[in-house]
Formats: sequence, structure tokens, C-alpha cells
Amino acid sequence: MRTGHETWRQCKNNAFHGLIILFSAILFLPLAAIIFHILKNGLHVLSWEFLTALPKPMGESGGGVGNAIAGTLLLIVLSSLIAIPIGIFTGVYLSENTHGKFSHIIHVAVDMLQGTPSIVIGIAAYIWIVKPMGHFSAFSGGVALALMMLPVIIKSTEETLKRIPNTLKEAALALGAPYYRTMLQIIIPTGFQGILTGVLLGIARVSGESAPLLFTAFGNPFLNLNMNKTVQALPLLIFNYATSPYEDWQAYAWGSSCLLLIFILSLTLLTKAIRPQ
Amino acid sequence: MNPDILTIEHLNFWIADQHIVKDLSLSFPENTITAIMGPSGCGKTTMLRCINRMHELIENTRVEGKIKLSGENIFKLNAMALRRRIGMVFQRPNPFPTMSIYNNVLAGYILNGISLSRKEKDQIVQEALTQAALWDEVKEGLHRKGTFLSGGQQQRLCIARALAMKPKILLLDEPTSALDPKATAHIESLLMELKDTVTVIMVTHNIAQASRISNQTAFMYLGELIEHGTTERMFTVPKDKRTEEYLSGKFG
Repeated sequence: MRTGHETWRQCKNNAFHGLIILFSAILFLPLAAIIFHILKNGLHVLSWEFLTALPKPMGESGGGVGNAIAGTLLLIVLSSLIAIPIGIFTGVYLSENTHGKFSHIIHVAVDMLQGTPSIVIGIAAYIWIVKPMGHFSAFSGGVALALMMLPVIIKSTEETLKRIPNTLKEAALALGAPYYRTMLQIIIPTGFQGILTGVLLGIARVSGESAPLLFTAFGNPFLNLNMNKTVQALPLLIFNYATSPYEDWQAYAWGSSCLLLIFILSLTLLTKAIRPQ
Repeated sequence: MNPDILTIEHLNFWIADQHIVKDLSLSFPENTITAIMGPSGCGKTTMLRCINRMHELIENTRVEGKIKLSGENIFKLNAMALRRRIGMVFQRPNPFPTMSIYNNVLAGYILNGISLSRKEKDQIVQEALTQAALWDEVKEGLHRKGTFLSGGQQQRLCIARALAMKPKILLLDEPTSALDPKATAHIESLLMELKDTVTVIMVTHNIAQASRISNQTAFMYLGELIEHGTTERMFTVPKDKRTEEYLSGKFG
């Protein structure tokens, strides 16, 4: 009787363990399927010409997505230039001020920004920048992406800096250091790895976004590095090409997806590698 | 005894409505070691932090009374300028993890934007590390990170970092409580040598340590200064019963 009870308990234990492992494995399945599918359809499209050449007019074969790659990089640089300083300073503020009404408001604002649908952010950037300026631009796309990066950078900066022992700050202040030097020369460098992780995650997050760019960067078939003009981006190109009826365009959409996937996966793995323990 | 370099006059300190330090008056003769003793929560660390105004980092505090450094009221000075004149060493060693040993020693200059020539830097680093009895152990690897050192070495590095600013007073907040006996002995003997040039004020829980190295001992209890005097007198003929009981290990 007693042993039977024990065995039953052991069975339940094993079943529970099995269930946890099963569900974790199920999580892995769609990811594996996506990666497999995209690599299978996209990998053979990748070539030097694909990476560097501009799109050919419809009906001509060949060409590439060089303009979209350059455009995506331009958008990443623009959004990083806006989001990194604002994000780090806001993160510093939040890590330093855990109480108080203002920091509470900022906390809520960051959460709300993180929860805002990307299409809404795109429309906001359209209203703020595209309409007053009268034209679509890479700059407006950069602003929209920066808004999406901000919460990621703010949160990782805040969490990183909160983990740094207070005694380091005290040591610097006790040497007569002004507060700004203490933060800029001791605290932020000490948390550099964690902050960098946040920046890379932010870049990984926005580089695959298409919705915020629909009304801002807009896309164009030419190579452009002028932030006042429209610019092509890989997610936009995928959206346009994948919905087109032409087979070679669809193949290019697969190739671009493959490229974007490799880029984002590498960024994610990189953040895992440098994340402080 | 030497003339006083620092005097505390009727110091009162509150955090919110808690009265932490109660009407404390105490003076510190130049180039001596004073040990501040007392059970946990008696206000001794708070009192120590008032001396270089580190208490201002805590919100919602109020201070009354005067602390005079060479006759000047420290509450009228610029806090940052004051802290450059008074060094502080903390309970746990806290070298700056992103800096080399060399730059850790120079941190006070770096963080205050004071530029030095290569020669001046080398000289300050060697002097401070020698004073902190660490030079011989680290001179071969000055550009390694300070966090590779052992706990005792890290604490001596922190002492060197404070000494590099050539302070008149060195505050130590239980500097050996996180260290093993050997490292503790090392730091004690270095403090004994330091008092030729610096006035040392040390909070300690270690009764034997206070008796070994201090010239003056002060005993605090529940925010009040119960008794103070030469260490010899305090340990042999204490006037107050609580002092006697604490120093003989009956409570604390």
C-alpha cells in the first residue's frame, strides 16, 4: 500500500518533468521550422550581386537588394543616434531615482511606449515629421524606429545600473568627484556590457520592423543615403516583393528574409555572448 | 597630545523623524588614530559619514551642530572640495572595476578633472601604494585591473586611492570586517605607520583591534557618545558601566 502510493507519486513527478520538457521542445519547433523554411528558400538566392546590385526594372533578370541593405543600415544608424543617448540617460535617471512621482510616471510611460503597436508609432512619426516636412524621409523612419528602440535600451540600462553596488558610487563621491563624472566615468562604464546588450537587442528589434516604415521611410528602388529622401529597407522590400505576382521578386523576398534572419539571429547570439553574468 | 585637527560640536542628526546622533561632541588630535566603537545601530557610521558629508546622499535628513576642520565649519564649505581633503575607506573593498590599479590610485585626480604629467602620475602612484604597503606586490602589474587582487590587497588599494589625494584625515568604516585575520593584521600595521602623516578616524566592531592600534577610543550607544578618552584609560578604567560591559564583551 505504502510503496504503491510512493510509486504513484513518482509517476506524477516524472509526468510533470516530461510535460515541462515537452512544452519547451514545442517552443523550439516553430523557430526551427521558420529557420529551415527560410534558409531552404532564401539561401540559394544570396550572391554577391544580390547583396550589392540595385533592383533591375521589371522584366529584366538579375539585380539585387543593395539599396535595401544600405537603407536598413542608414535607418539603424539614424535611430541609434536618437535612441542611444536618450535611452541611456533615461535609464540612468530611473536607476538613480527608484521612488518619487516623476520616476513612476517615466516608468509607466516606458511600459506604454513598449506596448504601443508599431503601426501606431509609424502613423505618429508620419503626423509629426512627414506631414510638416511635406515628404517621406529616412529621417522620419529613423525617428519611428528610435521610438521602438527606446524602451529596450531604457530598461536594460536601468536594470544593469541597479545591479551595480552603491558602494562604487559612494567611493567616487567620497573622492570629491562631481555627480556627473561619477556617473559618466565610473557607473556607466561599469555597466557598459549590459547597456551594450540593450542597444544590440534594440537594433535587433527594429531592424525587422516594416509597419513603422510604411508611412515614413516609404521605400524606393534606388540607392539613397540622404536622410531627407525616401529610403528602401529590407522589411519593406520583403513586404512589397512577397505580395507581388512575379516569381523572381518572390525569390528576392525569400533571399531578403534570409538575410534579415541571419542578421537578427547573429545580433541576438552576440548579445547572449556579451551579456554580463 | 597634538592639537585638534577636527572638532565635532553638538552634532545632531535625524533621518526622517528618527534621531540617529544625539548631541555629540568630540575632538580628534592631529596624527592620531581614533576608534569609534559601539553596538550595531548606535549611529557611529552615520557620525563618520557626517564628517565628509556623505550623509547628504540620503534623502530626508537633517543635521544640526558644527563640525570644524582646522577651524572651518565643514557645512559652509563646498562638499566636493571637502571630500577631496578627507579620504574615506569603506567596509567592503570597492576598487573601480573598469580601471587598472594605476588608474584606481589616480581616480581622485581623474574624477576631478585634474590633469597631471606622466612623471607626477608615476610619483603619486608609487608614493600612495608604498604608503598603503602594496607597492612591492603590484609594481610589476600596475596596468592590470584592480579587481584581480585579493580582498586584502583590494582594500589596501582603496586606502592608496584615498591617500593619493593627500588628505589630512582618513575615515575608515569597519575597514577590516570583510577581511581575513592576516589581511587585517597587514592593514592594522599600515594604519599605525600612516598616523605620522594622517589623522585616522575608524569605526570598528573589533574591540581587540581598537585596543591594538588606536590612541583615542570613543564609545557610542543609542546615538549618544557615552565616553571617550585615551585608549589605555578606556580599556583599563572606564568610567561608565556600559563602556566597561561593552569593552569586556558582555554585550554588543
